[in-house]
Amino acid sequence: MRWMTRRSTLGLMAGVAGGALMSRGAFAEVQVADVPAPDYQIEEGAELRILRPSKFVAGDEELFLANAKKFTEQTGVPVRVDQESWQDLRPKTAVAANVGTGPDIVLAWNDDPHQYPEKILDLTELAEYLGKKYGGWTPLAETMGKGPDGNWICIPVGGSGGKMVYRQSWLKEAGYDEFPKDTAGFLELAKKMKEIGHPVGFTLGQAEGDGNTFAHWLLWSHGASLVDEEGNVTIDSPETRQALEYGKELYPTFIPGTLSWLDPSNNKAFLAGEVSVVANGISVYYAAKTSDDPNVQAIAEDIQHAPMPIGPAGKPTETALVVNAMIFQHTKYPNAAKEYVRFIMEKDQYEPWQAASIGYWAHSLNAYDGNPIWTDDPKHTPYQKVMTEALPYGWKGPLGYASAGALADYIVVTMVSSAMSGSASIDDAIAEAEKRAKRYYR
Amino acid sequence: MASTAAAWSGQRPEQSWLSRKLDDRRVLAFLFMMPVTILLVTFLSYPLGLGVWLGFTDTRIGRDGIWIGLENYAYLFDDSVFWLSVFNTIVYTTLATVFKFGLGLWLALLLNHALPFKSLIRAIVLLPWIVPTVLSAIAFWWIYDPQFSIISYVLTKMGIIDTNIDFLGTAWNARFSLIAANVWRGIPFVAISLLAGLQTISPSLYEAAMIDGATAWERFVHVTVPMLMPILAVVLTFSVLFTFTDFQLVYAITRGGPNNATHLMATLAFQRAIPGGYLGEGAAIAVAMIPFLVASTIFSYVALARRKWQQGGSDD
Repeated sequence: MRWMTRRSTLGLMAGVAGGALMSRGAFAEVQVADVPAPDYQIEEGAELRILRPSKFVAGDEELFLANAKKFTEQTGVPVRVDQESWQDLRPKTAVAANVGTGPDIVLAWNDDPHQYPEKILDLTELAEYLGKKYGGWTPLAETMGKGPDGNWICIPVGGSGGKMVYRQSWLKEAGYDEFPKDTAGFLELAKKMKEIGHPVGFTLGQAEGDGNTFAHWLLWSHGASLVDEEGNVTIDSPETRQALEYGKELYPTFIPGTLSWLDPSNNKAFLAGEVSVVANGISVYYAAKTSDDPNVQAIAEDIQHAPMPIGPAGKPTETALVVNAMIFQHTKYPNAAKEYVRFIMEKDQYEPWQAASIGYWAHSLNAYDGNPIWTDDPKHTPYQKVMTEALPYGWKGPLGYASAGALADYIVVTMVSSAMSGSASIDDAIAEAEKRAKRYYR
Repeated sequence: MASTAAAWSGQRPEQSWLSRKLDDRRVLAFLFMMPVTILLVTFLSYPLGLGVWLGFTDTRIGRDGIWIGLENYAYLFDDSVFWLSVFNTIVYTTLATVFKFGLGLWLALLLNHALPFKSLIRAIVLLPWIVPTVLSAIAFWWIYDPQFSIISYVLTKMGIIDTNIDFLGTAWNARFSLIAANVWRGIPFVAISLLAGLQTISPSLYEAAMIDGATAWERFVHVTVPMLMPILAVVLTFSVLFTFTDFQLVYAITRGGPNNATHLMATLAFQRAIPGGYLGEGAAIAVAMIPFLVASTIFSYVALARRKWQQGGSDD
């Protein structure tokens, strides 16, 4: 797979860039190279419609809309921003692609742009400009951004990573000083948490973000994957069985009801003090920190973030929910659209937007490692490298129709949840997943 | 007048071709039928035909497909999730319809009596029907929340249960919970429709029955039910159709989970076609609903056609 070799190369580059940033000392700053911007001549009478996922943290929306307004003030181009719920963003994008009308720009999920590369504009020039100016693209951004021909078909705007979010005081109550780093240690912790009345809870329902985050981590941490590098279905493997056996042992430590949890459920349960550990973005902490309720604010003090434990695979196996700006070919104003995407990725707009989201959207351009948001509060730091370290959904295979469809059909989530809960045997759960995956990867 | 009569040659003025055609009743009928025909074909037949066609192709989102014959159907025939969705749809439709009709008829009979504030009560009864489905779905989502359910909270406070009820976390709990939500939404339609039917029944029939010494139950069985049967058949058909094709409630509350246990054919068709990208396969699932819907319509036709016995005749 091209991205694996590129990952190792770019990982090294990112490491060097990170080292350079560290060597600059404590002052965090976004370093920008002097690169001339592409000259996009905005069309006469241009106006833009943008579709994006609805907010999960308020600052994200506030700054995004403020930036849109700023763009209008500077260019005279009216911008209308529509927000769609996470579940409905994909269908709405798909319909726009199919009928050739609707929004000009979509902040689309994950590998959605790879479903219809021929329907969207080539953004190679813009991506190269941004890459040169902002220290290069992160590995996950490059994987998401490049289409089948190696050209950039979208501009990855950011990714929301999944980390272990836990209550520090309850961790100590269970006899731990730090969060376990491996899956075996994590299982022991989960059992102890259950014993002391603070169960863990991981989303096993059909949740776009958190359900997929947990299920894919479980699979990958044991060295299993839905497909191999060539897109051959490899889910029926000893590694998958090992992952599901582990899941079955973990499941009794969960709070009841996780099978029906959707994306907001674990946030609510955590903030209500019902669960001690969830897998989530920084949104739980954000909600606690910005709450008007002193009791909830007190929880913010107690919240800590840790990497998802490493399993028998021996390496981090987290994933991220990435949003990619793509411009439909049906737009009447391609230059205005490109200029808009360039505008929101520039430091003056991107840095405050990322700060307002307190790091909910990890950056796709390396230079934003220097955004002070990552060091202002140490609790933000674990999310800093999400786009450098995370694996794309669809790993290990190629991105495209199959990977997007398999993800949207919750193949991995259903396999994991049905096996863990015992509603299907491990063999049956795997067989069902294999059959469905082969439908997509045929 | 005399001069006018003298001037007339005795022949009608020459009519244009268009005038002659418009005088033709068959042409006129055709022309009058055209707008409605165009509307029906454009907005009803074409989408249905397109759906049937897509079911025979491998069309994906953003990409045209090719004809693959029955391949989608062959796949679905071996797909356990599809059969699970068929099972769920039948259970959902059957139970929800039975409860909606039982409770709806009961409510209609109550409302048919002289009640104080009758209009206000009827307006209140309609509320579940007029609230947007998604709004009621969100309300039920909270009601059924595994951690914050108001039902669990009340029952716990009353000391009836020790732990929260897992409404949506197990297969049958989730199915029954969705059925309850559907019944709540559907009762007003049944109740108000049947109430309209009840009010068309002449009081003289009841008076005659009472004079003959019929009990309340006998009046219900031998007067109310037969007279209500035509509207009952229509309402039943519509209710079955609405319930069978329900999408919003299920998708908003469970998205087909847990483990596909609440996927209906409509939600599965959507998931496979739009988020999953397989328009062809999704269309095939939707087309597979047609036989059930046609059967329901035929049932209605047959029920409506059997009018003789309503007037004391036999069912022949």
